[in-house]
Amino acid sequence: MDTSYLLIQTLNGLQYGFLLFLVASGLTLIFGIMGIINLAHGSFFMIGAYLCYWLAEKTGSLWLAILLGVPISVLVGLVVERFGIVFLYKRDHLYQVLLTYGLILIFNELRAILWGNDVQSVKIPAFLAASIPLTETQAYPIYRLFISFVCLLLAAGLYVVIQRTKLGMTIRAGAANREMVQALGLDINRLFAIVFALGAALAAFAGMVNAPVSSVYPGMGEEILIVSFVVVVIGGLGSIKGAFLGAMMIGMADTFGSVLLPTGSGTVVYAVMALVLLWRPQGLFGRAI
Amino acid sequence: MNENGLTTTRRTILKGAAAGAAVSFIPTRFAIGQAAKLKIGLMLPFSGTFASPGVNIAEAFKLRIAENGGKVGGRDVEYIQVDDESAPPKAKDNAAKLITKDKVDVLIGTVHSGVAEAMAAVAREEGTLTICPNAGAGKITGEMCAPNIFRSSFSNWQPAYPCGKVMINDGLKKAVMMSWNYPAGHEATGGFKENFVANGGTVVKEIFLDFPKVEFQAYLTEIASIKPDGVFVFFAGAGALKFIQDYAAAGLQGKIPLYGSGFITDGVLKQAGAAADGIKSTLHYADALDNAMNKKFRPAFKAVANKDADVYAVQGYDAGTMLIKGMDAVKGDIKATKALYAAIAGATIESPRGNFTLGKNHNPVQDIYLRIAKGGEETVLGIAHKALADPGKGCSM
Repeated sequence: MDTSYLLIQTLNGLQYGFLLFLVASGLTLIFGIMGIINLAHGSFFMIGAYLCYWLAEKTGSLWLAILLGVPISVLVGLVVERFGIVFLYKRDHLYQVLLTYGLILIFNELRAILWGNDVQSVKIPAFLAASIPLTETQAYPIYRLFISFVCLLLAAGLYVVIQRTKLGMTIRAGAANREMVQALGLDINRLFAIVFALGAALAAFAGMVNAPVSSVYPGMGEEILIVSFVVVVIGGLGSIKGAFLGAMMIGMADTFGSVLLPTGSGTVVYAVMALVLLWRPQGLFGRAI
Repeated sequence: MNENGLTTTRRTILKGAAAGAAVSFIPTRFAIGQAAKLKIGLMLPFSGTFASPGVNIAEAFKLRIAENGGKVGGRDVEYIQVDDESAPPKAKDNAAKLITKDKVDVLIGTVHSGVAEAMAAVAREEGTLTICPNAGAGKITGEMCAPNIFRSSFSNWQPAYPCGKVMINDGLKKAVMMSWNYPAGHEATGGFKENFVANGGTVVKEIFLDFPKVEFQAYLTEIASIKPDGVFVFFAGAGALKFIQDYAAAGLQGKIPLYGSGFITDGVLKQAGAAADGIKSTLHYADALDNAMNKKFRPAFKAVANKDADVYAVQGYDAGTMLIKGMDAVKGDIKATKALYAAIAGATIESPRGNFTLGKNHNPVQDIYLRIAKGGEETVLGIAHKALADPGKGCSM
């Protein structure tokens, strides 16, 4: 194992981690603040990817596709929140699981009607399509570096919004004590709508930037959903910081797990989760249960 | 409440009586012979990841029957379609329901190997004629083989086996092989390895990922550090497309030649574009095959299905031919099982892939073609293995 090999594997792990963070951050926010278990979160990831494929095909540009796709996903998020999730705030988790699972089926069916069941791909923009050669056979694709960079920017942006703005303060307050926020006269309904739409948009955006490297296919939402739940549980429900750390841990564990333990690669991620939960049952940054 | 209950009961009894009366007037199939419609159960995935192959198989099968005047062995047909969702847990119930409740005469299905194995198990018990139009699980024409079970497609071993020799012929002796950790992956890579090692090659590393994981990046980095002469893979569908793109993006395209069982490029070639350039694969079909049947079949399929034919469509079409050949021989009498199965097993199937026959285990004995991808198109380089028969391990019939 030489250094360039380790370097590339580390980059692989980080990049996967960043991607997971984008999806998991929305999931953890929605759970932490709204108390909603959103099984349909992976569907937003899938919708983002299909929107990206469809819009890129229509406009001929990945950038335009993302530019148009993000507002559409915000809109989808708002509609889902206003016409579905809103009825669940006072109900227990079982109802939430039922409705959001139903949403998965609905989104899958809509996807089949709108875009069909075929596997699709999105072209990487020409100036990012190259790879950086490291050794004779080893190279690292520039587009993957780009994904990591964008995700890092977004994560930083999210940090600033949550730690430094009034909206962020309200979100944090909402996560800590929902009733108190309401009692102070803040419009909790508006906050919920914003958080849900933001979460949906983050997941959809992750689907979009990732579409050129992941390809676009039915079932991609369910795949990322499960790993994202692992990340959220490791990080502690409702903690953005935790989601970030959890995503990085899982990204690394998955990458190095697949290389060092190829036959057990599927279990490495869950073994990490089990170990973290044994040590801290509430997750890394979760409130004590 | 009471009144209501009574009415319902009365009605139910009346209905029951009426139904009973009606039933006693319906002649048995034997009495009406050929006039009764032949019920064909199409148990295929019409939703989910395998929806596209499922739909293509159904369309092409119906096309073949329609070309035959809509008749099989002189009888009209009736289709009963079930979406098997590629879900093995539901497979047994779906197949049993088609046979016992819908009373289908013939069962066609399916794409997913796990579902197909469950179907074959039910079909063995019930004795219903079953033609598998895709799933390549070795078992179906291996340990589970039965007189009433046929396959119009391939066994996983079959298209991969010739690739071992192909790589040796290209002067490559050190290979890494990679697939998903599931039976199809092991059967395909096993076939490749058998032939590759027998001809003097060495497999330096076997990589199996969990199905259906598509995070290939870490493994590609490993392949780059191993620097084998060539790489052999078995992937299909979304995973295949992503693998091709990742392989190119990791800078391996053109440096370490990529080989595969034909499913690596089938159905994803257009989307993969230049990333697939140079991939050599072996399969029992190629879109560009230059024969009269294929030239007739492709536009005919496009006209009914509104999309280009692929290997799945061909397999569905050939399942139709197999059924027609068998039923014609017994003049539509599906009860004459012995003659029916012998007719199918002994038939020469004129197919867009070229004519083929069926082996002892009811799996096609067919030519495997060597193809190379370039600019989103596949060129046929020749026949990698002539009339290859699946060994049918464990089949005693």
